[in-house]
Order: sequence, then C-alpha cells, then structure tokens
Amino acid sequence: MTATASTWEDLVTTALLGTERRPPSVPSHGREAPVALLDEAAQQTLRRRAGLLPAQAAALPRPAPADSRPPLPPAAARRLSMLLTARPGTGGGGRRGTAPDLVELLPQWLSLADGRGYAAPPETLPALLEAARGRTDLRPAVISFAGPRALWLAGLNPEWRFALRAAAGRREAAPAADPERSRQLWEEGLFAERVALLTALRGQDPAAALALLESTWSTERAEDRLMFLDSLRSGLSVEDEPFLERALADRSRNVRATAAELLSGLPGSALSLRMAARAATCVSLDRSGGEPCVVVEAPHACDAEMERDGVVAKAPNGRGERSWWLGQLVEAAPLATWSERLGGHTPEEIVALEVADGWEGELHAAWCRAAVRQGDAAWARALLGSPSAPEAAGPGAVGPAQRAKLLTTLGAVERADWVAAFISAHGLSEAFQLLGVCAVPWSAPLGRAVVDALDIARDAGSYPWSFSGVMGLAERCLDPAEAARLAPLTATPDEAENTAPGAGAYWSEAFQRLESTLRLRATMAEELGAA
Amino acid sequence: MLALAPDAASRKAGSKLAASGPWSGTGGDDEGAVWGLCKGSGSTPYRTIVDLGDPSAPAFKCSCPSRKFPCKHALGLLLLWSGDQAAVPGGQESPDWVRQWLDGRRQRAERKETAAAGGGAVDAEAARKRAERRAARIDAGAGELERRLADLLRSGLAGAEQAGYALWEETAARMVDAQAPGLAARVRELGAIPGSGPGWPVRLLEECALLHTLVQGWLHRERLPVELAATVGSRVGLPASADGPAVRDRWLVLAQYDTSDARLTTRRIWVHGEETGRTALLLSYGAAGRAPELTLPTGLALDAELSAYPGAGRLRFALVKQFASPAPSSLRPAGLSAAEAAALYGDALRDDPWLDTVPVTLEAVVPVPHDGRWQLADTAGQALPVTASAASGTGFWRLVSLSGGAPLRVFGEYGHRGFTPLTAWPAAPGDPVRVR
Repeated sequence: MTATASTWEDLVTTALLGTERRPPSVPSHGREAPVALLDEAAQQTLRRRAGLLPAQAAALPRPAPADSRPPLPPAAARRLSMLLTARPGTGGGGRRGTAPDLVELLPQWLSLADGRGYAAPPETLPALLEAARGRTDLRPAVISFAGPRALWLAGLNPEWRFALRAAAGRREAAPAADPERSRQLWEEGLFAERVALLTALRGQDPAAALALLESTWSTERAEDRLMFLDSLRSGLSVEDEPFLERALADRSRNVRATAAELLSGLPGSALSLRMAARAATCVSLDRSGGEPCVVVEAPHACDAEMERDGVVAKAPNGRGERSWWLGQLVEAAPLATWSERLGGHTPEEIVALEVADGWEGELHAAWCRAAVRQGDAAWARALLGSPSAPEAAGPGAVGPAQRAKLLTTLGAVERADWVAAFISAHGLSEAFQLLGVCAVPWSAPLGRAVVDALDIARDAGSYPWSFSGVMGLAERCLDPAEAARLAPLTATPDEAENTAPGAGAYWSEAFQRLESTLRLRATMAEELGAA
Repeated sequence: MLALAPDAASRKAGSKLAASGPWSGTGGDDEGAVWGLCKGSGSTPYRTIVDLGDPSAPAFKCSCPSRKFPCKHALGLLLLWSGDQAAVPGGQESPDWVRQWLDGRRQRAERKETAAAGGGAVDAEAARKRAERRAARIDAGAGELERRLADLLRSGLAGAEQAGYALWEETAARMVDAQAPGLAARVRELGAIPGSGPGWPVRLLEECALLHTLVQGWLHRERLPVELAATVGSRVGLPASADGPAVRDRWLVLAQYDTSDARLTTRRIWVHGEETGRTALLLSYGAAGRAPELTLPTGLALDAELSAYPGAGRLRFALVKQFASPAPSSLRPAGLSAAEAAALYGDALRDDPWLDTVPVTLEAVVPVPHDGRWQLADTAGQALPVTASAASGTGFWRLVSLSGGAPLRVFGEYGHRGFTPLTAWPAAPGDPVRVR
C-alpha cells in the first residue's frame, strides 16, 4: 500500500493541472480518476490535520517593565473604556443633541488620571495608543498615563512607533547625569530625539545644552537650526548672548530673526540696547503745546546694522516701509526705555498720552508685542485697559488675538477677572480667544459671566450655534459645581415674537448638553477619587 | 447595554437620547418593565417600553416608525434607566398602554410553552413525508455537486482561479435550491480560497476533498454509524432540534462574538459548566441589521439547563431554561498545554472529520512574535500558531498587552488554521478580557 501512496505534493500538482493532463498515481480501484484523487486527498488531509503538533516556541519577548502605580478604581476603568470607544459627535456648528461629547472629554480624563498617579489597565493600552496615533494633541498625556508597558507594546507594533520616539525624549529626562550618552544621542539620534534631548537638557543645565548645540551648529541644516534655536527660549540668560550674537550673522533669514527675537527678550543685551537707542530717536515727547504729546518720526532708512539686528527691510504688501521699520524697532526695545524717554511716567500714563499725526495705532501695537515678548505684566495691564471700556471691544490697535496674548502675561486670577468683566460688558462675540487663555476650570466669576452672557444671547433670540465655540469651551472648562445653576436654563422657553423660529428648543438642548457634560465631568472626577 | 444596538448609528442616536431632556412619564415596575414617553420631531411623543423580565431576551416596543430593532428610543431609555435611577423611578404601577402590551406578550409566551409541551405528535406522518421529500432533493443536489467537483479536478484547479467567484456562487445557489444550506456555505467558502494568497491550491484541494467526503457520507448515510450520520446531516444542513438530555449547571460564559454577512448576524457564545466541566456552544441569529437576541457577557455565570443538538462531539446546545439572571463569577476553566490542545483537535477529527476548530483553554501561554506571525508559547517551550486573521484584529493587541510577556490563561478556538484567542484571564485576580 505504502509503495503506491503518492506524496501530498504530487496530489496537489495533479489537482492543479487536472487529471486529464496528468493522471493521478493513485490506484483507481474502479473509480473515476478525479474521484480517486479526491478520496486520497481527503485521507491525507485528515491524517495531516489529526497529526498536527505544536511547534518549537520562538524566543520569548523580554517581559514588559513593571508599573508600580496603583490600578484605576473599577468605575474609572469602566469610564475609560467608554471614553475610548466613543466616536466623535457631528461636530461643527450644527445641532449636537443633549448628550455629552465623550471624545472631547478624553483629554481631561487622561490628565486627571495621570495627575493622580494611576496605572492604565493593560487591556486598554492598544486603544489608548490608537487614540494617540490619530490625535497628536493626546500623545503627551497618553504616553505618560499608559506608562512603561505601552512603550514595551509599541516596540512590537510599528504603527505605534511614534510613542517610542516621543518617549525617547522623556527617557532622556536626566540627560545631565550622563553626558556621554547625551553626546552620542545628539550626534546619532533622529531629529525628534535630538530636539527632545536638547529641550530636556536645557531644563536642567542650560549651559550644557548650549555647549551641545554649539558643538554641531555649523553643520546643521537651516530648518533644524531654527528648531534647535527655538529650544533655547527656556532658561534664556546672558550666558547665551555671545552665541546668539553670532547667530545674527547666520545664513538663514529665519534663524537670524529668531536670534534677534531671543536677544531682544534678554534685558540688558547689547541688541536690546541698540534697539532702544534706535527706537528712542524715533519717539519723543513734545511739551511745546498745552498737553504733552508723543511725536513720532519713523526711520528714513533700514541700514545694514539694523538688518543684522533682525529688522526685516522689506515691508509686506500694503504697508509703508517707514512705519514697518518703526514697529520692529519699538517691539524689540526694552519697555523700560519709555518711562525714561517720555518723562518718567508710569505705563498707564504713557499709554494715555496723546500721539500726534495718527501714529497711535502703530505705536501701541508695537508696545503690545513688546509687552508680550518681554512678559511685562505692568505694561500689558496698561495696554489692555479697563475691560468694560467701550473701546476694549472695538477694532482699535489691540485686537482680540493681541489681547489674548497680553492676558497671558497676567496671573491666572487677574486674567480670569479681566475676561469676566469683559464678557459682562461686551458679550461673547469677541470672547472666544480670551476664554482660551483662561485657566481650567474657570473661576467662579468667569463661569458666571459666561453663563449669564449665554442666557442674554438666548433672550436676544439668536441661534445657539452662533455660540457653539464658546459652548464647546464651556462644556470642557466650566466648573462642574456650576451645573446646578444651569437647571433653569434647560427648559424650553415660550417662543417670543423677536426670536428666531425654534431657537428656544435648540437653546434648551444646548443647555441640557452643557449641564449633562458638567455632571459627567463631576462624576468622572469622583470616580478617580480624591487628588 | 450598548451591545444591544443593531449598528453604530443606533448606538450613537441612543446615547444622545440617554438624557432626561426629551423624556416624560418615565417609570418601571417590579417585574423588569421600563417605560417612558420620548418627545421626537412630531407632536405626539413616542411610547417606548422595554421588558427586561427575561434577562436573556429583552423585548422592546416603541411607537416610532423606525425599522431598526431595538430603536434608538428603546436604547436611550435603557441607558437613561441604567445611568440615572432618579430619572426612571422604579416600583411604579404601569399605565394602560404599557400594561396592554406586557399582558399580550406574557400570554403569548405562556401559549408557546403549552404548545411546545402538548403539540408534538400532531402530524408525525406529514412531517415524515416532508423529510423524505427534502432528503430526495438534497440527494439530487449532492449528486450534482459531486459531478462538479469531479469536473473541476479533471480540468485542474488552476482553471478555478480564472473562473473566479461566479462559478462557485452559481453552484452555491443550486445547493440552496436543493435545501442543503450547509453544502451551499461550504461551496461559497471554496470560492474565496483562490484569492486567499500563497498556498491556495493546497487549501482548495483540502477543502474540495473534504466536501467530496461529506457528499459521499450523505449519499451513503444509511451505512454510517448513527452518530456520524447525524453529524453528516447537520453538516449538510438538515434542520435539527436540540434533543439531548437537559444538563443543568452553572454555566460560565467564556466568550461571545458575532460574525455577519450580508444576510445574517451569527452570535457564538461559548459556555463552560462548573460541575460538568463541559464546554458548550450557544448560537443565536439576527437578520442583517438586528442584534441577535441572546446576550451573555463574558465572565458571568448562569444557572441554566442546556440541551445538546445531535451530531458528533455534541458541542452545540440550546438554552432550555434559565433559573436566575447571570451573575459574576470568579471561576476560571482549567487549561491544557499546547501539545494537549493539538491532541484534542486530532481526537475530535475522528468523530467529525469536517471540524475546523475545537474550543480549548490554554493553561499558561505567552504571545510571541515570530517571523511576522504570532504564536502562543506554553511553559514547556511548545507553541501553537495564531491564525493570521486573529493576529491582525485589534483585540489581539489586548492579549499581547495583558500578557506583557508573562504567561496567561487563554480561551479560544484551535484547529488546522491555528489558534484564535477569544478571552484571556490576567495573571492576577481580575475579570476576563475579550481579546477578539
């Protein structure tokens, strides 16, 4: 029998070609050739399947490092899997229903859980990594919360390589401790790893970071030089001045501009003094009339020295070049220059001074940029002015974007109070960017101002999606304790004559969503236990 | 709760209705019914009722025109009820419109039980004739299939690649006409093999040969042992009913997963008896777009009576009677080594040569990457390959993550294609994790 049994390969070949072309080597015993072939193949298939044996195991992967953090409370673990399986809502300005948008709550949950030092449940790591793959804004929180096992996992799946790259920087959290390793990584690492290393080292030992950067500076590509230079922003000191002065002669215009910007933010740097001298010649106080008045004489030329100090000679389309140069000089000059130059006044008094010949807009805008760059709260306060003043919402020199930047120089409480007063006076139409710079959760006065303004907007008869940006922010930033105050607003009001048709129902829906989101946030925080 | 939703859109719509805003007149009684009025786009609110009296088969009723089942209103009501006890107060007297439907439903259920008990021998003679007619049609279909297989082998499998899917679809349709759905399904699977990548001729020959044996088995069924004949009958697609003796036990739910094609959603639920140590398969079907009725979450155990369907191995059971709602259980089934699992499959093939997989729990295995594929390695250094389709699913990474390179107990299906992990238990005490 065995002598005539054909091999499996032989059967497959015959089956592929067909028994007409290649008669099977199986004895037919009176059967048709294809039937004999099928019978034999069935027998062999069964024999093969029944005889399957386990393989020799390959080398085991190295075990995942231990995670010493405590596990999540069970309710929080269930919440996490709900947040991870949620799909984005319809988004945009349309109707969004009354249920909370879970996708928007994931970042908050992650930072809360990570802040409380919990370990992520291992079975959620794939979904966490997938979420971070699609949303770069989630990556830092996910990588921190997901912990060492997620990095172990990412090493096995190329789609999650981003986690290894991002964590490479974190792993270099103590680069100062091992200069040899830092040097090696700096010379051989990928761009992202090098940026992370430089940033981490800069946080610990600014001088060492500068030395590392200088060692390879001349061989770096222009785009890379720009990014590396940017990481000097933190821990900036006079120690960096010589290097930055040299960078003013860089081949790349962007690198030169960044070096100049950094130097101008360094009080007492040679560049800022040069800029102060230039700016001072352009702006003076005229006491000849009754009231003192600021007179501006914009520069007549942009010489090579000015260009070397980062002044861009060519004005954008539609701007006069003299006012363009003036703006750059004033922006880069230390603000302390002005109280000296303009008669010993405080910032408030200087901002209040009349400016001759329509230069006020240009001058004040430049002062705003200088206050932001130099982080000068006193000047920022003066330039912001009173939040309830009518011009605060007007189109003047200080637009909403500029105001938001000025606010960042103030402390959290002062910032929130200013925005609250602004909203109470002017409503929400210009408030979105301002709200974006306020600390989360919003302070009580700010939260109340927003809710009251929403209530007024509803009574005014507009549709809620005109405010969907602020609504979305409120869902994420309003203090959950405010939920109770929202209850009266969730009812559908009777339709008044001046309101848009159906707006009442939409408003009620929007307030219900706001309320339910706040309650959910409170529940989420409770599930994660005390801080 | 959301597992009940027929599709993702309903799940989303249901979640949106899980706030108290659109609801009024909500309540629940002590027998597991929950009701409420949901304000929709029209002037009359929709009347929504959910009956959870029988936890294994929740029932839904809603006056909305949606053809989805359950509709978003029922889902929303359930979510509201489970999320906020105050929003749906329990212990209420049900309003008339609720009572009417519940009474009708509970009466129907009773009638069904009486009918099942008394109406067995109504017309045995007619049933026998029907079965004979059906067998004759299958005979004809089987003969035709046998000729087509022979033709295929005569002209060569290489031709099957060019002929494409249409050839198989047509043959499958003929098998449906011949009332042999089991043969039809196997023929359709043959059609997918030529496009399944390298090595397809081997797989096509294997499956053709086994199909040939099945057809031969059917045509000579009176010469087979009773058990094997029953297996052949069920593989061909004869309808059967669970006639095995009732087995009462606490059944631990090992795994539940759905597969679906254009026509049907099939839910497979593996349960494991605490006392009997038996592993049983419960099947539940839903038309396309509907979730199958039976839902048993992994890790719960239910005190119930099951009864086996005929056929070798007797893996498929029916849920006859449930004595209590499913309750959490910390029991874990005992596991095997890789070699024991392989032997288990080999033994099972002796009773049912057409068996693709057997359910098996592996005692302590580590997922190991090897040459672009994965294997599960046991503590003796032996490993079973993970099927390609399982390794490419998202659930598989949950298994890898849960393991972290350390051995785990894993339940799954093992067969000639490899191991498909379904559920894993963490090394420390804890709930089982779905890994498919």
